[in-house]
Amino acid sequence: MTTELVRLATTGSVDDGKSTLIGRLLYDSKQIFQDQMDAVEDASRRRGTDYVDLALLTDGLRAEREQGITIDVAYRYFATPKRKFILADTPGHIQYTRNMVTGSSTANIALILVDARNGVVEQTKRHSFLASLLGVPHLVLCVNKMDLVDWSEDRYNEVVEEFREFATKLDIHDLRFVPVSALKGDNIVNFSENMEWYRGPTVIQLLEEIHVASDFNMIDVRFPVQYVIRPHRNGFHDYRGYAGTVAGGLMKPGDEVMVLPSGFTTNIASIDTFDGPLESAAPPMSVVLTLEDDLDISRGDMICRPRNQPEATQDIDAMICWMAESPGMQAGSKYEIKHTTRWGRAMVNDLQYRLDVNTLHREEGPTQLALNEIGRVRMRTTTPFFVDDYRRNRQTGSFILVDESSHTTVAAGMITGKAT
Amino acid sequence: MTVTHSNHVKALEAESIHIIREAVAESERPVLLFSGGKDSALVLRLAVKAFYPARLPFPVMHVDTGHNFPEVLEFRDRTITELDAELIVASVQDSIDAGRVVEETGPYASRNRLQIEPLLAAIQQNKFDAVFGGARRDEEKARAKERVFSFRDGFGQWDPKNQRPELWSLYNGQHRQGEHVRVFPISNWTELDVWQYIRDEGVDLPTIYFSHQRKVFERDGMLMAESAFIERMEGEEVFEAEVRFRTVGDMSCTAAVESPASTLDEIIAEVSVSRITERGASRADDRTADAAMEDRKRQGYF
Ligand SMILES: Nc1nc2c(ncn2[C@@H]2O[C@H](COP(=O)(O)OP(=O)(O)O)[C@@H](O)[C@H]2O)c(=O)[nH]1
Repeated sequence: MTTELVRLATTGSVDDGKSTLIGRLLYDSKQIFQDQMDAVEDASRRRGTDYVDLALLTDGLRAEREQGITIDVAYRYFATPKRKFILADTPGHIQYTRNMVTGSSTANIALILVDARNGVVEQTKRHSFLASLLGVPHLVLCVNKMDLVDWSEDRYNEVVEEFREFATKLDIHDLRFVPVSALKGDNIVNFSENMEWYRGPTVIQLLEEIHVASDFNMIDVRFPVQYVIRPHRNGFHDYRGYAGTVAGGLMKPGDEVMVLPSGFTTNIASIDTFDGPLESAAPPMSVVLTLEDDLDISRGDMICRPRNQPEATQDIDAMICWMAESPGMQAGSKYEIKHTTRWGRAMVNDLQYRLDVNTLHREEGPTQLALNEIGRVRMRTTTPFFVDDYRRNRQTGSFILVDESSHTTVAAGMITGKAT
Repeated sequence: MTVTHSNHVKALEAESIHIIREAVAESERPVLLFSGGKDSALVLRLAVKAFYPARLPFPVMHVDTGHNFPEVLEFRDRTITELDAELIVASVQDSIDAGRVVEETGPYASRNRLQIEPLLAAIQQNKFDAVFGGARRDEEKARAKERVFSFRDGFGQWDPKNQRPELWSLYNGQHRQGEHVRVFPISNWTELDVWQYIRDEGVDLPTIYFSHQRKVFERDGMLMAESAFIERMEGEEVFEAEVRFRTVGDMSCTAAVESPASTLDEIIAEVSVSRITERGASRADDRTADAAMEDRKRQGYF
């Protein structure tokens, strides 16, 4: 049996039915255990709901239960015979943009919900924009609560048209639509008998079929050195291996490689793992490389191909999502920056514009970026980083900023070309 | 040795190895918490793989409740010897003897909560700043939201409302002196993934995971092992049954399930069709309240 790992992110505005949809996916794909179900039935009864509220299945921490909303990214797991899914469940309220950004950062597929009665609302646009900004390769729009619009094909088509029109402004490569009723289970796992006009796949079929194998960059060889392995034990005295996770491209023993920042070239001698040497390595494998020449290489260095290098730069242009309460990000502020396995310090030179995530309007020359705001910045770093455009490689195109005194993560960054 | 895992398990393995290397590269004094249970056995296995051919670059710590299954202690010692690793034992009994914690009494007495004190004391004493644990997000609701690199303040506490954003595979383990991070490399594995991997890799486990005859008694619908560590109440008759354990913990709060499964294949077949979570089935400690785990975690629990 060979199954693929697929990462999903779900969002929707409050009450669009996201929790119900997830509960339904888990329930209908038989991922709900009896004791969890008993707890949910219990809780539903205590709250006086007359049906089993599947939304309660995915309700997490105590504070959230009290407020009746989800306030952090929570991860859920379910599987079909073909795939195993990791679902990042993120709340849709504007306050939680940072959670949405977090959940989308690793997602292959974004599942976005709209209420068929309301159609595309401001929040739908925001969620879709964030999914596209974070480079989620596939987007599925679930038009929910079809039962409340009499299962109307016309209404569904209106919503689809409305969304398509808006989506032309975004960078979305693969866009799908499904009419559903999360509450009744129509077109989630089982086909709807109420919407015979719809001939497309159910949500679960889509999740099973969408082609994700090419979501990784298999072209540009990128190997950020994570850890240097020196065994100091019998049989391995001269062994010097470079452990890391392949961030792009296909590597084979014998390949000529270049090490940055030194610029020296050598060849791959072997690709080692605990289970024996490999004939090739590609994302997302974790391996150890040995090289033919003894070079001075340490954590944070980047191994690539001489004819295909990332850009080595101390000037970084990026879209930033600011994730800290206060203070906001301002021109002149300094942070620690982590990109792949490399740390350095960065100073914000220029806050170019702030993006209104609802209208995509650019506000030029803002004084700061506050919590949950997104903007375009130019930074100068103390040491060169080896970067690619985020659109080309999510691993080598992303970074985080860390506050120098509290050490918390304050921003997520996506590297882009220079601002025009 | 070549093992063929399904692709999703390979992807999970790669992610876990990445996390372990990252934590070790960015901390001064890492340590791995080892209970002898299957999840910590898995983390240990992945850690060995992460640094091969070098030796495990950190010690292993067991928080010893003093109420262990003898089979688990035997397994712990055997594993440590085979790996030639360093073992640190943080003892609940020592904390009780020193008066730092008070033993619970009565039939529901458990040393589960008492583990927090010796655990945090050992972390502080040894100046550990990255502490590996085997928690999984599919285990429990509070865990579902916890970060892979989970920050702990100077008191070892977790603040679920104030977690660091964690994006891509860019983990932030930075902290001030006296603070630490808990690192959960198998966050994204499910119970079934763990069992399949253990089977495919031939990872060794304590014998109590496999079906055996044992003296048990029934309490609150669960089968508890008869032992000197648990006080029986009126009417709790001891009988012999064919059981195994789905999790490994303190003898006073870990229940057995009736099962004939004596091989990994049989266990996997059982887990695949099971309708009850492993914690629901066998952890008396989580049944007390809906938010029991969250409360314990806030105070510094695993
Ligand atoms: N009629 C109808 N109600 C739904 C549907 N999906 C969700 N709901 C209801 O809408 C409300 C909000 O759903 P919930 O899943 O909690 O929304 P969330 O805030 O997006 O997680 C609840 O009362 C649900 O029962 C649907 O398909 N049809």
